Formats: sequence, structure tokens, C-alpha cells
Amino acid sequence: MDSTGIAVVAGGAALIALTLWYFFGPKKRTLAALTGPGIQTVKITVKGGYSPDVIEVKQGVPLRLDFYRDETNSCSEEVVFADFGISRSLPAFKTTSIELTPDKAGEFTFTCGMRMLRGKLIVEPA
Amino acid sequence: MSSNAVAPTESLDLPITGMTCAACANRVERALKDAPGVRSAGVNLATNRATIEFDKKSTNAQALIAAVKDAGYGTLAVPNGSSTEDYERDARLSEYRALLRKFRVAVALSLPVLFAAMSHGRIALLDAPWVPWAELVLTTPVIFYCGGQFYRSAWAAFRHRAADMNTLIALGTGAAYIYSVAATIAPGLFAGVTAQPGMGAMTGGRPMVPVYFEAASAIIALILLGRVLEARAKGQTGDAIRRLLGLQAKTARVVRDGVESDVPLEAVVAGDIVIVKPGEKIPVDGVIVEGSSAVDESMLTGESIPAAKKAGDTVFGATMNATGSFRFKATNVGKDSALQQIVRLVQDAQGTKAPIARLADVISGIFTPIVLCIAIATFVVWFVLGNPETRFTLAFVNAIAVLVIACPCALGLATPTAVMVGTGKGAESGVLIKGGEALETAHKLQVIVLDKTGTITRGKPELTDLIPENGISADELLRIVASAERGSEHPLASAIVRAAEAKGLTLTDATSFNAIAGHGIEATIEERAFLLGNERLMTARGIQIASSEAAAAALAESGKTPMFVALDGKFAGIVAAADTIKPESREAVATLQQMGIEVVMLTGDNRRTAEAVAREAGITRVLAEVLPADKAREIKRLQDEGRIVGMVGDGINDAPALAQADVGIAIGTGTDVAIDASDITLLRGDLRGVIAALDLSKATIRTVKQNLFWAFIYNALGIPLAAGVLFPFTGWLLSPIFASAAMSLSSVSVVTNSLRLRRFKPRVSATAVHV
Repeated sequence: MDSTGIAVVAGGAALIALTLWYFFGPKKRTLAALTGPGIQTVKITVKGGYSPDVIEVKQGVPLRLDFYRDETNSCSEEVVFADFGISRSLPAFKTTSIELTPDKAGEFTFTCGMRMLRGKLIVEPA
Repeated sequence: MSSNAVAPTESLDLPITGMTCAACANRVERALKDAPGVRSAGVNLATNRATIEFDKKSTNAQALIAAVKDAGYGTLAVPNGSSTEDYERDARLSEYRALLRKFRVAVALSLPVLFAAMSHGRIALLDAPWVPWAELVLTTPVIFYCGGQFYRSAWAAFRHRAADMNTLIALGTGAAYIYSVAATIAPGLFAGVTAQPGMGAMTGGRPMVPVYFEAASAIIALILLGRVLEARAKGQTGDAIRRLLGLQAKTARVVRDGVESDVPLEAVVAGDIVIVKPGEKIPVDGVIVEGSSAVDESMLTGESIPAAKKAGDTVFGATMNATGSFRFKATNVGKDSALQQIVRLVQDAQGTKAPIARLADVISGIFTPIVLCIAIATFVVWFVLGNPETRFTLAFVNAIAVLVIACPCALGLATPTAVMVGTGKGAESGVLIKGGEALETAHKLQVIVLDKTGTITRGKPELTDLIPENGISADELLRIVASAERGSEHPLASAIVRAAEAKGLTLTDATSFNAIAGHGIEATIEERAFLLGNERLMTARGIQIASSEAAAAALAESGKTPMFVALDGKFAGIVAAADTIKPESREAVATLQQMGIEVVMLTGDNRRTAEAVAREAGITRVLAEVLPADKAREIKRLQDEGRIVGMVGDGINDAPALAQADVGIAIGTGTDVAIDASDITLLRGDLRGVIAALDLSKATIRTVKQNLFWAFIYNALGIPLAAGVLFPFTGWLLSPIFASAAMSLSSVSVVTNSLRLRRFKPRVSATAVHV
């Protein structure tokens, strides 16, 4: 193997490691805000993903998630909370509210209709 | 999950006209924020839209529009909850048109590039050094205009540390384009790179640095083609829901303050009195207060015979009034209406987890980053092992092929599209399937337990016999029993009350009425202690009924339900009622048995009555005299035999059993959509709906399996092939152009396969047995 080859191998390995870290590495959490009497709300912008995409909420307190879909890319046209049996289409440039009460503590994934875009709902025990 | 716990907030998106600057936007925003009942308001000058959240109880869309007008600006349309579907359809249509336009431009511009690249020196004119420049000029608009959306979406995803389909397309075409531009402008940088036949430009005898403009533009054209086909097909997967919503009336004739007026559907509120004339659509759900008619509820129940409606009966929005005219009081409007609940249910069904797709879900989540790694690895391996002359070219081309052949879309679409078409198809024939899991379990059922009353039988028993004892007259016995039963909701009770009313008997009121679940009732009538119930109740209370046991047995033997009456602790006679079986039950049972499913009857009724009904329906295994609370235990016992058990019941007293069963099927009549405890709801009270549900489940799951198989196999074979795994053995390499064509077709084929479910028709009859 010549020096270029070695450089390519090293560069490739580094790039693979970077890719894995970037996409699967730890992400920062966002805490749901308490608004009104006993309601927690989170505003989520949908554009190539969910921001924020890791949401921490309290168990047993009704939760409203306001999804604003800021794009027409069809990948994000639907949001699915499979554990809660909820699936809603998100019209582009509109806010769609989803209301649920997180009864069980734990981590629940929400995704787009094709399970590509992902977010996590972390329900902290009351 | 609970949606009632949160205050009723409505969100409204209002197109504003007349805004010219940021100050205008501020003014509109302030006007909206100051309006009563508004929780938050935001105005976007760029999109000319206001997004308002308001308290549904204290304001409405009209008031908010008035607030905007007061501030000196206009609004475009009156958007409302029910127009979301229209909005989506329009959005989908305009997206489809934009895709088609971009696809056409991409084809027109990439064909000459492809032609030049593929000529391989056969056309002398195309060997000139200006050719790469011409390709650059033609390809650039394809990348930036036609393919722009892929780059924008990929970038948006990247910023979220996420990767999707667009990431792969953007990286594949972007790398080919950027490299080619650099090689065209400064060929000296790539002096060591030589062309590979078939992959780039080559000049007669004079090697030129290869460029891959044709790959970049053809990939974008082909992927746009895939998107166009997919958009068209996906639009059709939701057809059933749109058809249901299309059934809604647009306006309603309401009476407010004594004045009749036509108002838009969304302006009807609960409590409004609505007038419906013959041949008109009923706008919202409600209860008739005056008049009567026949109503065609086929859109809701699939039942083609119009239902007779009179004052006090419930009517449903979007059903068709046939002959009479009536007034009704609106009860459920907008999102609460039965129709909207059905639509919501069908939509939610797609989002639920189908266990079969669990692996696909996991893979979808990690797919794209893994493909990126495989592409990098492909480049490295080819570069290291390749011939120094061609290693860069092959490494580069194969890495691009890996990026563009990988298709997470096919995996992602496999389950939702099939479930969407399947549940939509079910809704059309009055079968509401709650989700992927129910769909998946339903076709595996080995035992189906049928509740007797209301499921196998009509559930509306008629009084058949009156056997008075101890000196009481037949009419007196009926009068007393009917007086006591007026307070009961038991189906047998209404049969007795109807019979008494038919005879013109004057009923009195019972006091201290008490229903003893599974046994009977006790009450005080005209200061006499009254007891009505089965043999067990009489025995428990120490009442002698020995003299009539033979008569009761004979009644039971013929499928009638005998009930014993006691007055002041003394036996007073027997009343018997019978519930006839529905005409289609026998056929449905026979079909289920032919499908290899054991049919079991479960009832609280006495064994002899139950067995008489079972004989008539063709059922051999009967679980009789089961108290409501024990029904779930009986289901559990069957499950403990290691079998997968479905339960069909009318959804109210059977709720625990429905929940215990692997698949709970509630038979509603459109009136009581007892959805919660069941997995499947049959809107028509017809057992053949169970067969339709099972067949539909089978067809849908078969489609999901085909889709998943195709999507897995496609990626499992396509990616290694594109990476050049076969090259050492066969010399096969996949051009990125073919890779992108394969990718486009794979997702289209999955959606098309799901659409085949639209041809599903519930079987009419599998047997010649008719009763």
C-alpha cells in the first residue's frame, strides 16, 4: 500500500467514526414548559427533523405538542406516536397540536410516517 | 391517552392580505393578541399568514377575522377544521405539479448530457474539449433547480443530526457534480485520474479527466420520476378517508331566534336546532326533536336498507335523509362527530405499531448513516485494492452507486401504505380496524367466541309465553312484570314492556328497583315485594318453583328464555321471551368454520336456551350461564389452551371479554361506536363483517409481508452489488445511473403493491347455506 492508500484508509476510518458519532451520539434534551393549570406544552419545529427532538416531560400531566411544519418536503408530512396510537398529518406551514397524557414513565420514540425522522419523548416519573 | 384533559384550544391559520411591511405585521399581531379569547398569535410577513391559538369557548374564527378587518387588513378565505383535508389535497396537488415540472426540465437537460457522455468517441464532434463545459452548463440547472429540494432537505436533516433519503441523494449527486466541476475547470488537479470506459468522457486517443455530469443529472431526473410516481400513488392511498369526508354536507339549515338560515357546516354548534328536508344530507350528529323519516346510513354502517327514525332517535352527520323531514338538536359537531371519529380512527391506525414491522422500524432509524459508512468503506477498499491507474475512478463511481441505490423509502413505506389502504378499505365496508396489531393478529385467530344476544341473535327478544301460577291472571302477571321492567335496560325487559303496551295495560311505577347482575331484578310494586329472574335467584331466595320446572325446561328446550316471577315471596308464574337469530348468522358461522376457525358461543343465558340457539346457528361448543364478570375468564381459559382467541360482542357488557381477547370485535349499529375496548368495530350488526375483517386482515398482512420482503431483499442485494462485491468474480459493476433507476422503482413498486389492496372485496358468501 502506498502512502496515498494509507491516507485514504485513515481518512475513511475517521470519516466513518465521525458519521457514527454525529448521527448516533448523545443529543441534548429539552424540558417541556408548564403552561396553564396542569398543562405542559412544547413547540416543535419540523424541518428535516424535529427541533427539539429529545423532549423531557412529566408523567401524568396532560401534554400538548405543537408541531409547526416549516417545509413541504414530503418526508415529514406525518408524525406518529406509535406507543400512544396517534398519527397525524402535518400540513405544511401550519401548526398542528397533538394532545396526550403521558401515563407511563419511560422513553417513547416519535417518528415520521416512514420512521426516518425521529424524536424521543422522555417521560420522567412523577 | 386522554384528549379531554386539556382546555379546548383551537389553532387557526389565517391568510392575511394588505400587509406591506413589518409594522403591518406587528399591527395585525397586536390586534389579534388583544382580541378576547386569544392565547397566542403570530404573524409571518413572508408567508402573509397569521397563526392564532384561541380558546374555543370564548371566541371563533369569525370574531378573529373581524379583529383583523378592524385593524385595516383583509383575510383571504375562511379556513376551518374541516378544510384541512382540502388544504392537504391542494398542497399535495401543487407538490405533484412542481415535481412533474422539475422532472420534465431535468429530462430535457440531461438527455443531451447523457448522449454526449455515452458516445464514447464514436461522434467526432463530441470529443472536443468544450464538451465538458457544455455538460456543466446543462447540468447546473438540473442540480440547483430540479434537485434543489434534495439539498435543502438534506441540509435541514443534517443540522438535526439526522439523515434521510435526501442525504443519500444529495451526497451522491453532489459529490459527482462538485468533482466534475473541479475536473472541468482545473483538469490539472486530477492528472492521475483516467477515464473508465462507459463511466465518463473519453477522447479519441487523448485521455481527458473524466467527468460525471451525466450521472449527476440523470440520477436527479430518475429520482424525480420516482417521486412523481410515488406522489401520485400515495395520494391514492388516502382516498378512502377523503371519500368519507367528501360525504359531509357543506351547509346546514338552522333555526336561531326563530329564524331559519343556511349556515356553513363549521358554524353549527351543539344545541342548534337543524332542519332537514327529504333528500338532504344530515349535516351534523344530533337527536330528532320533531318529525320522522327514513335515513340511509350506508356510508356509516354499510347497511343499505334505510333506518326508520323518529323523535328521540339519533341521527348522524353525512348520512342521507330519504323521505320525511324533521328537526333535530345538534349534539356532536366538528371533530366530535361520528364521521370525524371514524376518520381519526382510520388515520391513527396507520400510526400504530404492527409487530411484523418492528425490524423494519429499527432498520429505518439507522439505515442512512450505515449506508454512508458503507459508501465510505467502498471508496476506501476500491482505492486501496484497485489498479493505481483507475483506482480513484472506480472507488468514486462505486461509492456514488452505493449512495444512490440504497432506498430507505421502500422500507419506510412498506407497512404504513398497506395498513392505510387496508384500514381505509375496511372503513368503506363498515369495518373499523384500530391498528396494525389488530390487523396482524386477526388473520391468525383459531377460536372465535360469539356473544349470543345481539351478536348471533337480533338482540330484540319478543315475549312468547305467559304461564301464571297461584291464582294470578295472565294480564295481571304481565302488568306487574312490565311495571317492574320499565326501569331495566335489559333487552328482555323491553320485550315485556312492549308486549304490555301492545295490550293496552296501564303500568305503574316500581320503587326500590335493583338489578342483580346475571340473576334478575327485585323491586317493590304497589307495596308488594317483586322478584323476577332465573332458577338460581329463586333457589337463593328460597322460593318453591318445583311445580313449574317441567314447563320451564320445555320452554328452554325450544330456545326461549323462561323467567320466574315471585310476589311477596310466593311463586307467581313464568314469563318467557325468545330472541330469534339473525338471518345471516348461520351463514357467517359456517363460513368461519370452513376457514378452519372454531366457533364458540358465550352467553349468560341458561344452557338449554343457549343450546337451542347454538343448534340453529350451527355452533357445537357452548359456554352458557356465564356471568358478565366471568366472560373474560372464559376467554382467558381458551387462551390458556394455547389458542389465539377473538371475541365478538356488542361492546358494552362484553367490554372486559373484548379487552381480554387477542382481538376484540365490537358489533355496533352505528349508534354506539364502542371503540375503546375493541380492536375492530363492525358498524353494521352483521356477523359477516367478522369474515370481511379476517379476510381484509389476511390480505393486508400478506401485502405488508410482500412489501417488507421486497424492500429488504432490494437493499440487501442492491447495496453489495453497487459496492462492487461481485466484480472480482464476474466483473459486474453497477453504473450509478442504473442504481438510481432501481432505487426509484423500488419505492414505487411498494406503494403500487399496497394499492392493489383497493381491489379487495369482502366475500359475498362462501357457502350455499341460507336460512
